Amino acid sequence: MRRSLAAAFALCLSAGGGLAQETAREPTKEPIRLDVVNDSLPKSLSGVPGNAAAGKKVFLTRTLGNCLACHQVTSLKSEDFHGEFGPSLDGVADRYTEAQLRLIVADPKRVFTNTVMPAFFKNDGLSRVRPEFVGKSILTAVQVEDVIAFLKTLN
Amino acid sequence: MARRYVGMAALVAAAASVATLAVADDAERKGIAAPPGHVFKTIISGYEFRSKETRALQDDDLENPGFLAVERAADVWKKVEGSEGKSCMSCHGEAETSMKGVGAAMPKWDDKLKKPVNLEQRINICRTEHMKTEPWKFKSRELTDMTTFVRYQSHGMPVAVKTDGPMSPWFERGKQIYYTRYGQLDLACESCHERNNGKFMRADFLSQGQTNGFPTYRLRDQRLVPLHERFQGCMFDVRAEPFKPLSDEFLALELYVAWRGIGLPVETPSVRN
Ligand code: HEC
Ligand code: HEC
Repeated sequence: MRRSLAAAFALCLSAGGGLAQETAREPTKEPIRLDVVNDSLPKSLSGVPGNAAAGKKVFLTRTLGNCLACHQVTSLKSEDFHGEFGPSLDGVADRYTEAQLRLIVADPKRVFTNTVMPAFFKNDGLSRVRPEFVGKSILTAVQVEDVIAFLKTLN
Repeated sequence: MARRYVGMAALVAAAASVATLAVADDAERKGIAAPPGHVFKTIISGYEFRSKETRALQDDDLENPGFLAVERAADVWKKVEGSEGKSCMSCHGEAETSMKGVGAAMPKWDDKLKKPVNLEQRINICRTEHMKTEPWKFKSRELTDMTTFVRYQSHGMPVAVKTDGPMSPWFERGKQIYYTRYGQLDLACESCHERNNGKFMRADFLSQGQTNGFPTYRLRDQRLVPLHERFQGCMFDVRAEPFKPLSDEFLALELYVAWRGIGLPVETPSVRN
């Protein structure tokens, strides 16, 4: 027999002071707001165009985009270990506009329901973020624009 | 048991980490049929997701470095400590008989504490209450050795945790944690071990995240790693603040994840990369 929900909930609270504590941890920094238009982000996040070479580095670097952890890209064949969580990004520039790609990278859950792909330009609404990352997005606006510039080379 | 080279582990670690890409094929990955209502059709041990070399090392009792811990703890089992003048053996006799099956059924409900306890906690309860000596620290060699030794007495026996009665709110809490996304990367246990097991995440080949092999000898660390350290590692990697080892949260998670591996044979001491 399962105990009542109330009992389970009481346990949740006692087990680590869950809710209250987690709210207290919420970042004090301003949450990032995205100007979403028709499932896309038309405006550059940094105000300037990205750099594809820099974007390739962000794409590969484990502590930055680490996009290769989940995606395969034929033009990056010389790199070991392409991940299999997500689809191949070959030809992605033909499938999406720049504005769509920007939203996919910035906050993919707005495009793909319940996806495992992390939001790279979001800094709130997350749970138990390690203190050194609280209030920060995974990538900066400039890094996102660089990644977009790199994705645009994949056609 | 035969004597072994201590330097062996280092050599083997180097060889096996290079070989991690030579993982078992889908076709040869064996599992057991899950009971009705389970999340998986087939429950598969982490063993099946590792390379041939790593599996061979686990299978060879003479070369598996985890057995050094079993040997060390077999001596400590008989060692008198504390003001009661007792050893584990004073109360439990031969571990080979008295501890058979115990590790397969952990965590277990503790009537006195009114909560489930796992093997590490149970060992420390015996030390403080019955031997009147100091508890061992989590991650200490002593505690992980003894945990490995006791769990080894269930080697090959099916994981068989109880999840009903007073355990059920703990089970539900563990399930909730399993499906909650944590950290800056916003990933849940489910994101990797349910949805994406059998796939590569860069160089990491993902298993179902089963617990039947713990404590496990990790080639990367060249030592036995207790389960809650693995849980911490997985949370840390998604840039989350992990729960504390032996916390109520990890106890609940341990119970729930043990249920996800119900029926798998205990493999302690297993070998993983
Ligand atoms: C943890 C895994 C993961 C990481 C890391 C990741 N992605 Fe993804 N990505 C996915 C998955 C899964 C999908 C498929 C969408 C879905 O879930 O249905 C996807 C989809 C995409 C798509 C759309 C592809 C298509 O053809 O529809 C693009 C573009 C993309 N990702 C780019 C990136 C970039 C750029 C990065 C790094 C900055 C990145 N991804 C990092 C998992 C990931
Ligand atoms: C970002 C991906 C990721 C997430 C999220 C994740 N893990 Fe893992 N986990 C791994 C990797 C990689 C390994 C090592 C390879 C393997 O066994 O899957 C691993 C290994 C494990 C193992 C050891 C399996 C064995 O046979 O040795 C357990 C147990 C485990 N994870 C449990 C969990 C739990 C519980 C959670 C949630 C708190 C979790 N993991 C979240 C990536 C992840």
